[in-house]
Amino acid sequence: MIAVVDYGMGNLRSVQKAFEHVGAKAVIVDRPEDIDAADRVVLPGVGAFGDAMNNLKTAGLITPIVRAISEGRPFLGICLGLQLMFAESEEMGQHRGLDIFPGKVKRFPEGQRVPQIGWNEVRIQRETALLDGVPDGSYFYFVHSFFVASERDEDVVGMTDYGIDYASIAGNDRAFGVQFHPEKSQDAGLKILKNFAEKV
Amino acid sequence: MLARRIIPCLDVKNGRNVRGVRFSADKDAGDPIELAKRYDAEGADELVFYDITASAEKRDIVGKLVRRVSEEVFIPFTVGGGVRTYQDIRTIIEGGAEKASINSAAVHTPEIITQGAESFGSQAIVGSIDAIRRLNPDQTEDVRWEVVINGGRTYTGRDALEWAEELVDRGAGELVLNSIDADGTKDGYDIELNRMVAERVDVPIVASGGAGGPEDMYAVLSEGKASAALAASIFHYNQYSIAEVKTYLAERGVPVRPKIKIDLT
Repeated sequence: MIAVVDYGMGNLRSVQKAFEHVGAKAVIVDRPEDIDAADRVVLPGVGAFGDAMNNLKTAGLITPIVRAISEGRPFLGICLGLQLMFAESEEMGQHRGLDIFPGKVKRFPEGQRVPQIGWNEVRIQRETALLDGVPDGSYFYFVHSFFVASERDEDVVGMTDYGIDYASIAGNDRAFGVQFHPEKSQDAGLKILKNFAEKV
Repeated sequence: MLARRIIPCLDVKNGRNVRGVRFSADKDAGDPIELAKRYDAEGADELVFYDITASAEKRDIVGKLVRRVSEEVFIPFTVGGGVRTYQDIRTIIEGGAEKASINSAAVHTPEIITQGAESFGSQAIVGSIDAIRRLNPDQTEDVRWEVVINGGRTYTGRDALEWAEELVDRGAGELVLNSIDADGTKDGYDIELNRMVAERVDVPIVASGGAGGPEDMYAVLSEGKASAALAASIFHYNQYSIAEVKTYLAERGVPVRPKIKIDLT
């Protein structure tokens, strides 16, 4: 069972429906024990980093999320979910993240339209089951004002250019985060969700 | 590089296409989901559903449409047309749309933009502006644009550029600029309006009104500095396919999302 974590940060219905479309069952959950019971965990989310961490903390979800990742259960952060996997953020003050990967969430530099809204390319940095059958340079749908600056090259799975080059996919072998919305990225995004459900 | 977006607009009423054109023998010409799927397959980057239902059940009808779209079409979509209250926005976003587009209601009650952005994020709130060209009071050659509402029937006295800034300050994450002068003419978008607003605000601009062909889209996406071009009838009546438009743009150096084949089985 795939658990899609509901912690009050945006609509999760599209994520659930996209998994269903590729033949995977996804359940929206909001209790710690549901995350502990899940085979695979998805952490979506849009909104402010600080609010998100507070909501996770209040709901008692930080420990089960970190436990799922450390046990090697497949994990996928989407959009804000990717950013939360990093150590800290400078979005409206300094905030601690889940600290799965070292690095910092920063605002796009001046000179670009913010938020970045639209389809952008992902250049694949290394082969992984998550990207099986996804061509290098595929376009995905992005909506965000902040990006992750990863400290370690080995955590960077995909790169995207928006004025600067940044990590649009981060991950190790089982825990991944994507900055774009796979549930809204047509076939390329659906392929990633299918891979996550079946191959990761 | 971020691609420029091509966005077909579907006019819907009571959950049905306003202009039902049969596009394949086995498809229901009046079903917006079928039309949305066709545009998706042709390479549309987003969809806009413009709802003109005028009945007490409007919100329920829109909610049902949004849920159906989000179950079957996996590209972003926006819902606009008579979005007036926080509850309207909530129905649209919680149903699975990316964005709610707000036009007249923002002029009457600008707080709706602020409240929507605070609750759902700026990325979910589109400020939609209907603008009409006016001569300056001193009759010089310089033009200005006035904001009109209620489908162009009511003049507000507001300057469109200033209104664009206010919408962004209040939290709109994107603006749609609909030129009332150009709307329906197929003579091209109002390039100057788009460029003036794009130079004034940082959020992406979606150009609307006047598309007659790929050359108009090229003009507004290059000279007009828009991030996206919206069109209804040229796609609806098969004058041009989305693929043709994208090929035209790509040949002229405009970054567009190419169509790729991915095996989903």
